[in-house]
Amino acid sequence: MDKPVNQGAWLLVLPVLLIVAFSAILPLMTVVNYSVQDTFGNNQFFWNGIGWYQELLDPSTDLGGRFFDALWRNLLFSLLILLIEVPLGIAVALSMPRHGWRVAATLVVLALPLLIPWNVVGTIWQIFAREDIGLLGWAVNRLGIPYNYTADPLSAWVTIVTMDVWHWTSLVALLCYAGLRSIPDAFYQAARIDGASRWAVFRNIQLPKMHRVLLIAVLLRFMDSFMIYTEPFVVTGGGPGNSTTFVSIDLVKLALGQFDLGKAAALSIVYNLIILAVCWVFYTVMTRMDAQRN
Amino acid sequence: MARIDLQSLGHSYTPNPKSDDDYALKPMTHVWEQGGAYALLGPSGCGKTTLLNIISGLLTPSEGRVLFDGKDVTALPTEARNIAQVFQFPVVYDTMTVYENLAFPLRNRGLRGAPLDARVREIAGLLDLTADLNRRGRNLTADAKQKISLGRGLVRPDVAAILFDEPLTVIDPHLKWELRSKLKALHRALDLTMIYVTHDQTEALTFADKVVVMHDGRVVQVGRPQELFERPAHVFVGHFIGSPGMNVLPAEVSGRAARVGGHVIALRRGFPALNGGAKIEIGVRPEFATLAPAGAGGVPVRVRRLDDLGRTRIARVELSGLPMAATVPEDLTLAGDEASLLLDPAMVHVYADGTLVEGEAA
Repeated sequence: MDKPVNQGAWLLVLPVLLIVAFSAILPLMTVVNYSVQDTFGNNQFFWNGIGWYQELLDPSTDLGGRFFDALWRNLLFSLLILLIEVPLGIAVALSMPRHGWRVAATLVVLALPLLIPWNVVGTIWQIFAREDIGLLGWAVNRLGIPYNYTADPLSAWVTIVTMDVWHWTSLVALLCYAGLRSIPDAFYQAARIDGASRWAVFRNIQLPKMHRVLLIAVLLRFMDSFMIYTEPFVVTGGGPGNSTTFVSIDLVKLALGQFDLGKAAALSIVYNLIILAVCWVFYTVMTRMDAQRN
Repeated sequence: MARIDLQSLGHSYTPNPKSDDDYALKPMTHVWEQGGAYALLGPSGCGKTTLLNIISGLLTPSEGRVLFDGKDVTALPTEARNIAQVFQFPVVYDTMTVYENLAFPLRNRGLRGAPLDARVREIAGLLDLTADLNRRGRNLTADAKQKISLGRGLVRPDVAAILFDEPLTVIDPHLKWELRSKLKALHRALDLTMIYVTHDQTEALTFADKVVVMHDGRVVQVGRPQELFERPAHVFVGHFIGSPGMNVLPAEVSGRAARVGGHVIALRRGFPALNGGAKIEIGVRPEFATLAPAGAGGVPVRVRRLDDLGRTRIARVELSGLPMAATVPEDLTLAGDEASLLLDPAMVHVYADGTLVEGEAA
């Protein structure tokens, strides 16, 4: 059978193409434009070709060194919060009630941190963790543990990791809980009759059902933590020194602090490409795994 | 080996049951004989599943005791009982192969190596699953999955009774028959007590040696399929089993005659001692009420409609304004809507407040 050919269908796609062009492609092209030029202010631009990119990707240069330091910090941060939030989220989901009024109560409490605006979360922890007037910081110091996130890099890291765990573990837990809820009671009853241990139930019933939502949770948490800006900016401002300066914070310093528009544009494009690449890898792995399972 | 005794067993989901209505399962005493094939038949919400879950130990009864071969197991957890249960929706561990699924209950009980392998293959053979042993559970059809659920029960050498909770609900109709025959064959081959919960009378009557009919948290009759059909112990059994169900008519009964709206119906037995107060009814199945031309004896009825069921015809008639169903003989042709109804006196039963009353044989 011949497919009917109707080129007029392109007209139907046109509005979307126009909107995407205005909202995404045109702004992106401005950034591309900046990234191949240099400016000394006064709206004068000079062609620089791929110079900024070469400098950026070479760790021995000033710009490249800065970029790679921030990148490793970013990756370390994402790794840490995934290692904490995923197991913790699963544990929370597993211990949530399955029936009755407690379900609604637990869901509301868990959703609360997710509803707080990022900069408010930052402000809460900025005050909460202060060693002079913050409840947490004061208490920790009184316990004899030296803790000051404005002076000590380790304290700063502990603070922002704890803050992220507090803010986002709920998301992982809620996603896992949704997966767990799709398991009929008969599975647990059958497992009891089969004499399955708690671990066997987790391994053979609960984990397989959470598998998909867990992948989504890992993807979301990775992307989000890789792009983190607001909370550490509010709490530590990237310090002490550069110890909590992540790529996004550095990008803002570069663009708005130093007005190095060319460098910042090149950095933001590379940053964007890294995120796209990671997304693509996740997507491919997820669809592959699904295909294998069926 | 297991003979299962239920001793004054009752269950209520409310903490302090006061009236009968508070019980999901009203206190009852019942014996399931070793090696029997039982069907537990009743409409949804009659307490079948509650009873089943109490026997398997998924639920602890609020009163009474459960004995396996005389040993009190009321407080024992389900994994410590020699019992397996097959659920309405097939439970298959998705990530495991069929082999691993069948081996799972044995591994959990510490069995390893050659004895485990031999047992798994033996049961797979019994269930015709040998060819699928290396396939993943998730890709199988519903009937194969249900066989695996059953297999995980059969594979345990300690299992003496298998409980089925409406196991054929999600199975395609043409496979239901096959799977039910398989169950029958397994029951004959293995010395197992089987209790099969269903709300489908065909399933119950074809599977079981004995059918336990439940209604509103109470066992109303235990009997062979034929007994349920010919002598329903309760009007509910009469309604629930048979299609169409038993005709139940309010009547006045004295001696060997029942009066229904001015007409007299002969009874096989005498009922001199029916005391007042109780609601008296007579029940007769459509199969034992035959339509005849007007004036052929019996009681006069008015024919409202004839339903052709293919093999038989059922007439919807009215006896003094009371609706009844009756069998239409093949050669009968009716002129107009006047007809006569012939009732088999041996099959006309008398019920007081819904319960069968035994008459005097004399």
